[in-house]
Amino acid sequence: MYGFEAMTFNIHGGYLEAIVRGHRAGLLTAADYNNLCQCETLDDIKMHLSATEYGPYLQNEPSPLHTTTIVEKCTLKLVDEYKHMLCQATEPLSTFLEYITLRWNMAAQMVGLLQYVSWDVSRTLFRCCGDAVLLTGLFGSDSQRKTNILTASFRYGHMIDNVVLIVTGTLHERDVQELLEKCHPLGMFDSIATLAVAQNMRELYRLVLVDTPLAPYFSECITSEDLDDMNIEIMRNTLYKAYLEDFYKFCQKLGGATAEIMSDLLAFEADRRAVNITINSIGTELTRDDRRKLYSNFGLLYPYGHEELAVCEDIDQVRGAMEKYPPYQSIFSKLSYGESQMLDKAFYEEEVKRLCLAFEQQVCTGYRGHPFFS
Amino acid sequence: MAATLGDSSSWSTALVKISPYTFSAVGIAIAIGVSVLGAAWGIYITGSSLIGAAIKAPRITSKNLISVIFCEAVAIYGVIVAIILQTKLESVPSSQIYEPESLRAGYAIFASGIIVGFANLVCGLCVGIIGSSCALSDAQNSSLFVKILVIEIFGSALGLFGLKQHGLQNRSNFMILVDNSYWVKNANLFVSCAVCII
Repeated sequence: MYGFEAMTFNIHGGYLEAIVRGHRAGLLTAADYNNLCQCETLDDIKMHLSATEYGPYLQNEPSPLHTTTIVEKCTLKLVDEYKHMLCQATEPLSTFLEYITLRWNMAAQMVGLLQYVSWDVSRTLFRCCGDAVLLTGLFGSDSQRKTNILTASFRYGHMIDNVVLIVTGTLHERDVQELLEKCHPLGMFDSIATLAVAQNMRELYRLVLVDTPLAPYFSECITSEDLDDMNIEIMRNTLYKAYLEDFYKFCQKLGGATAEIMSDLLAFEADRRAVNITINSIGTELTRDDRRKLYSNFGLLYPYGHEELAVCEDIDQVRGAMEKYPPYQSIFSKLSYGESQMLDKAFYEEEVKRLCLAFEQQVCTGYRGHPFFS
Repeated sequence: MAATLGDSSSWSTALVKISPYTFSAVGIAIAIGVSVLGAAWGIYITGSSLIGAAIKAPRITSKNLISVIFCEAVAIYGVIVAIILQTKLESVPSSQIYEPESLRAGYAIFASGIIVGFANLVCGLCVGIIGSSCALSDAQNSSLFVKILVIEIFGSALGLFGLKQHGLQNRSNFMILVDNSYWVKNANLFVSCAVCII
């Protein structure tokens, strides 16, 4: 019954919820960011961060700091807290957590599969998926718990990150040991080194991915075609669509406040992706039907908005299609005509606002999605 | 007596033939059992949030034990009422067990037990949920503690209402007070649920 969840929520979720809120208090504030902006050197940054929650992780680093070290240590904070929560979680919180990190890793995964992207770029992007979340200070690195069914090695997200990292690295002929060092600690599993052997997508799937939770999503996209830019993008988006729909169904099943909050967030995400797909595919060879297939089957734009977006040929038509929906109209009204660079930022701000709203609810699982969902 | 109470095989006869000792004993059991259930429920709700929140803000632990104590008080009300009710149990000779006076005494104790038990159940729940919010808010901003504590005090008054009604009921012999107390019991439950949701 909606409203009486408070009576039983604390059995499984009370402790974790309190931890999450504690972590939220440890987020960097606007004042912290002001200080960081005024730093001249990396040592200044380290000094400023030592007063925050990230201090203990950075204090033992020797003096000539690298940016990557700072980033790694801060990510380590996330990892530690994730693991702590992971150990405490029970169903269905655990499944929820997995879904959340899955998204994070999908992004990195697809980046890695772009074989034609240079190694450095893909690695930076991979790092950025983790770092962007960190550096925006949007989440206090709370994870949920879950070890009921899966062993520590079977975690959706970071595993895939590492898979991708290794596959990409192998394709660019990097040393396997070097790659293993760069893998995200949360995603290590035993047979990770055998990834270096896989030659193409099908083998990769057969060897490794079939055991992971991403397997059902992959089954729709495995083809024998050569992996060029277009097909990788299509695969990425098909995978992502499958993931979003699965997550949506899962949240609906949980019911109550969780379903309400997460549906809103996921619908926004689905719509945002639809717009991005549309804009990115303007002028490419992607047919209208293909484009239509990449849109998710839920969200504010489903199904009529999708019909309109599928036939758009330039940004102004997209704007015209979106302005019929009040929440998106306010986003688009911030942009002047012909400007599409600010769209990402506008969507991002809107997403952050919604995530903060999700945090206001006390006793549901949805607010825990908030930290990871960006 | 059988003539005034209907046919010997009707439900009213069956109910009336249940010994008033049964009703009293069940009432006493409910008084203490359900009160303690409510108290325990409240304590775990508060406690789990308190422990988690205290990891990042250790200063809140000692102040927020008040919430736990309010819940505990609810259990104590239940124990007190059970003891009082139990002292009112007297043996009657078997010829008088089914006299109206004995029946009334049995029902009165039963009703007292239910009133106190369920009022304390919802009171414990209410105080527990508010206590958990109190702990979480205090961890973020200490000035909120006292404000939420005020709400908690109102919540714990619900248990006292039940206690008072029990007292009133058992003091008098008028039937009308029994009806009164049933109404108050229901009102208690609704008020408690409302405060819980808030």
